[in-house]
Amino acid sequence: MDVLVDNMPSYWAGFQVTLRLTLYSGAISLALGLVLAALRVSPIRPLRGLAATYVELLRNTPLTLVFFFMILVAPQFGIIAPLGFWTAVICLSTYTAAFVAEAVRSGINSVGVGQAEASRAIGLTFGQSLGNVILPQALRSVVPPMINVFIALTKNTSVAAGFAVVELVGSGRRISQGNPGDAVVVLLGVALFYLAITIPLGAIASTVERKVAFSR
Amino acid sequence: MAHDRALPSDAGVPDRSELGAPLVVLDKVNKHFGALHVLQDIDLTVHRGEVVVVIGPSGSGKSTLCRSINRLETIDTGTITIDGVPVPAEGKALARMRADVGMVFQSFNLFAHKTVLENVTLGPIKAKGLKKSEAKALAMQLLERVGVANQADKLPAQLSGGQQQRVAIARALAMKPKVMLFDEPTSALDPEMINEVLDVMVSLAAEGMTMIVVTHEMGFARKAAHRVVFMDGGQVVEEAEPETFFTTPESERAQDFLSKILTH
Repeated sequence: MDVLVDNMPSYWAGFQVTLRLTLYSGAISLALGLVLAALRVSPIRPLRGLAATYVELLRNTPLTLVFFFMILVAPQFGIIAPLGFWTAVICLSTYTAAFVAEAVRSGINSVGVGQAEASRAIGLTFGQSLGNVILPQALRSVVPPMINVFIALTKNTSVAAGFAVVELVGSGRRISQGNPGDAVVVLLGVALFYLAITIPLGAIASTVERKVAFSR
Repeated sequence: MAHDRALPSDAGVPDRSELGAPLVVLDKVNKHFGALHVLQDIDLTVHRGEVVVVIGPSGSGKSTLCRSINRLETIDTGTITIDGVPVPAEGKALARMRADVGMVFQSFNLFAHKTVLENVTLGPIKAKGLKKSEAKALAMQLLERVGVANQADKLPAQLSGGQQQRVAIARALAMKPKVMLFDEPTSALDPEMINEVLDVMVSLAAEGMTMIVVTHEMGFARKAAHRVVFMDGGQVVEEAEPETFFTTPESERAQDFLSKILTH
């Protein structure tokens, strides 16, 4: 157990990087995912096609490949993405946005078509109808799948360890290299730090779910 | 079910001579649902202040006709104009046009997450840019008028069907529409709640609101309508004044339809 206490500063540094990766990528993917979901249900067909293509492409590609693409292929198109924290955020956000978009879209579809018709019938534009009537009602059914997406994101940040970002897994690897006899304990320590992010996420989810509940 | 129910409030016999210029004009409107030709060369002109009841068997296209007027259903060919302006295809222009056309649905479609008051103020605030205080005053006045002002702070699910539908009427009226569309407004209601909704509609008609009403309520048609349009199989089969239509329908299909719904 001493190995955990002795290496707490390393763990703490790695945890902070993981937490920042999760928060930044979570916020960006939430914004991007909402836009994608809105495009997916928009009345303009090319926009629907664009969003659908994005979602299918990104959610069917392994995250590791997305990282490789950004680091090896994108520079050939003039997009320079050096190894590091922000490149990892970009990869995680673009990847996770596809899943956010699908969660939001399923929520939008769960709201009865009559709600959209009624809001259009009183003269609301597509955006107003989405923002004032559809999304607030979709929220309730979107929260549980969305939390799944963010829990998956938290764990996916570990992929960045393979691309020169020293987050939790990266720290764990370094610690275990220095303490080869205690590898199991070191990795258990890494797992506990992940739980420190994902368990509160679940708690937030049930609070939000209760808050947005209303009877239909 | 008795369709020819007595209505408590007296609207007086509608007089066609009071009608104004054409307001809603459908010209050779066609629509298909796949292989089904649901609207076939529909011509219909509704004048300002006129109350038109559209009647017909289910699947006759009457709901589709009603919904196509504010473009909740698109049409394949033909033109629909409102106040001389063709119904726009999409975008802001369509939203502006819809603001002028009130619609009441069979299933109410009140915004489930908003209070009764917010349901009525949303349109005026968002689509017309009214101040919150103005919208609220207008909404309370309309809720008072349809008799549900004391429910203003409740959510729609806490209201009875009849109350919800009256809120839906207030929500549509809050936009100060040129014409009101009613798509089977009483079909989803328990019998004892139908009259409270019809009363509101009769008083609206009496005030000169232009109305297109898809309904089987013959009491309402007799009391408030200037004209009955009978549809069957996607066509307008017969048009007549309500009394004439219900007592001496000309077409065989109308006779057949009326005999079926009048036997009980």
